[in-house]
Amino acid sequence: MAKMAYRKERVDRGIKARTDDIFALSSFREILYLVLPRLLVILFLLPLPLFLGTYWQKVMLITLVIALLALSWDLLASVGLVSLGQALFFGVGGYLAGFLSTRWGWYPLFTIPAATLAGAVFCTLLLYPALRLRGIYFGLITFALPLLFMRVIEATKILGGTEGLSSLPPLPGTTIELYILLVVALGCVFGFRRMFDTDYGLVLKALRDNDRSVEAGGINVQWYKAQAVFLAALPATFAGAFLTHHYQFVGMPAFALDYSILPLTSVVLGGAGSFAGAVLGACILVPLSEVLRAFGTLRVVIYSVVLVIFVVGLPEGIFHYLQRKYHQFERLVPMEEVSNGARAGFKGY
Amino acid sequence: MEQEPVLKVTDLSKSFGGVKAVDGVSFTLQAGETFGIIGPNGSGKSTLINLITGFVKPDRGRVFFRGREITGIPPYQAVTFGIARSFQMARPFYNLAVFKNLVIPLYSPRAKRLKGGKYGDRDEVAIHLLEEVGFERDSLVPYKLAGTLPHGYLKRLELARCLALEPDLIILDELFSGMSMSEVAGILPLLEKISAEGKTLIMVEHRLKELFRVVKRVIVLNFGRKIAEGTPEEVMGSPEVKEAYLGGEVAEGAGS
Repeated sequence: MAKMAYRKERVDRGIKARTDDIFALSSFREILYLVLPRLLVILFLLPLPLFLGTYWQKVMLITLVIALLALSWDLLASVGLVSLGQALFFGVGGYLAGFLSTRWGWYPLFTIPAATLAGAVFCTLLLYPALRLRGIYFGLITFALPLLFMRVIEATKILGGTEGLSSLPPLPGTTIELYILLVVALGCVFGFRRMFDTDYGLVLKALRDNDRSVEAGGINVQWYKAQAVFLAALPATFAGAFLTHHYQFVGMPAFALDYSILPLTSVVLGGAGSFAGAVLGACILVPLSEVLRAFGTLRVVIYSVVLVIFVVGLPEGIFHYLQRKYHQFERLVPMEEVSNGARAGFKGY
Repeated sequence: MEQEPVLKVTDLSKSFGGVKAVDGVSFTLQAGETFGIIGPNGSGKSTLINLITGFVKPDRGRVFFRGREITGIPPYQAVTFGIARSFQMARPFYNLAVFKNLVIPLYSPRAKRLKGGKYGDRDEVAIHLLEEVGFERDSLVPYKLAGTLPHGYLKRLELARCLALEPDLIILDELFSGMSMSEVAGILPLLEKISAEGKTLIMVEHRLKELFRVVKRVIVLNFGRKIAEGTPEEVMGSPEVKEAYLGGEVAEGAGS
């Protein structure tokens, strides 16, 4: 053979800590191997608000809000519920916070937690009948509901009608707000990831694979899906309530399509099922669309092209790609080795 | 005093469109019995199972489990009462490791009550169950993704999923299909052991020779109706059964 052919081989890094479920770490090197990627991200994000100007602080705020919605989307998708309407959770949280503070004059310290919890309960009850629907049918319901709420508010003029609710009590300032959002977002990422490692999370994960088998396993599928919707609604209603107080205003745009589409594209870009990918996606998409403002009308074009390139080129998502690169290395193996082995018994060659 | 039957099915019927999938089927099962349901393809065997376990709601008829009516209850509740079933088409959780597949039934209220166990313990119980149904000890198979398993293993995983629920009544829907002769031979002693433990067993099968080594009593379905009931010898001697299997154009299933 004149030319030597090579093939790529992927090898897992030989560190015991990589095997699932074995937490016995034997050296600092291994602990570092696990902790470093997480630590670097946290150490980068935590001081960031202090170095940003007012404009970029706002961008970071919106980024984190979209990240929370993306986390919410990712959790729903992990149990097999594909949502096309994160705006539902966002708007319900926002309007509840606005309602509580205009009606009873509550402080944000109370309206935000109350709107988060009550909003999540409300959304869960609302979606409960739709939980037995699968695939696109569930998506269509979630797509329709925020639009429906928007028109109901417009037509009945409740909750301020088209004017919305304004002059709500403010939050203490963008820097502190950013830290609150950061802690909540990171808490959600690590909390959700931890949850999916437990047996409870395993049941949720199994729902996506095959809910009939889960039912045959003696588990009330409808009830577990409802729990997943509640958990997924929490970060989203929180984001809605929080942004309402940030703007000191809530109106019909809280149910806008942007809040449904941006989280979805963030997860697609970042990688579904990992939660970290959802945040990563939001951290790329939102600032990118801000940077592209300089291009005027071309902004949407460039934005869309970038999105298409990533989705086609990296369908697994950026996070899963990075994770694979971190945990595995590739090497080139000469094809000769393999073919010789395969032909070992063939003497005449 | 007469013992309460484990399962009593009366006049169970279900139509899909105009087709009567199950038509007025009745039978009674005593505790510890091994029972077979046979019949040609499309005779309503799987639908009958789905009706009993709540996956399909009956149009008519009633189902009693240990004297309690369970007609049309949701499937997870049937499990809570003590009925476990396997699926004809194995339905594992493809994205989970094989042993993690068993953690889901082990997390059910019934398994929690009867087997106890906290997070982490369930993994060990799961591995043990896999050994019981014939996964090789100390092999890497239980740790692979369920999606990579060959069909015979998936069927045994289905059986293990049933056993994880500590059921009183096990319904196996074509457990042997897709298994090799040696795999079936390996699983027969286990079925005998399950039966010896006092559990009641219903098996839906096409492979009659192997089935008759396990079950003592069978019913035969054809076009949704029960056409015979009795010991395997009695049933196979019945001219009506012979006609159902061999008469008509479709002779499929008779060979086994």
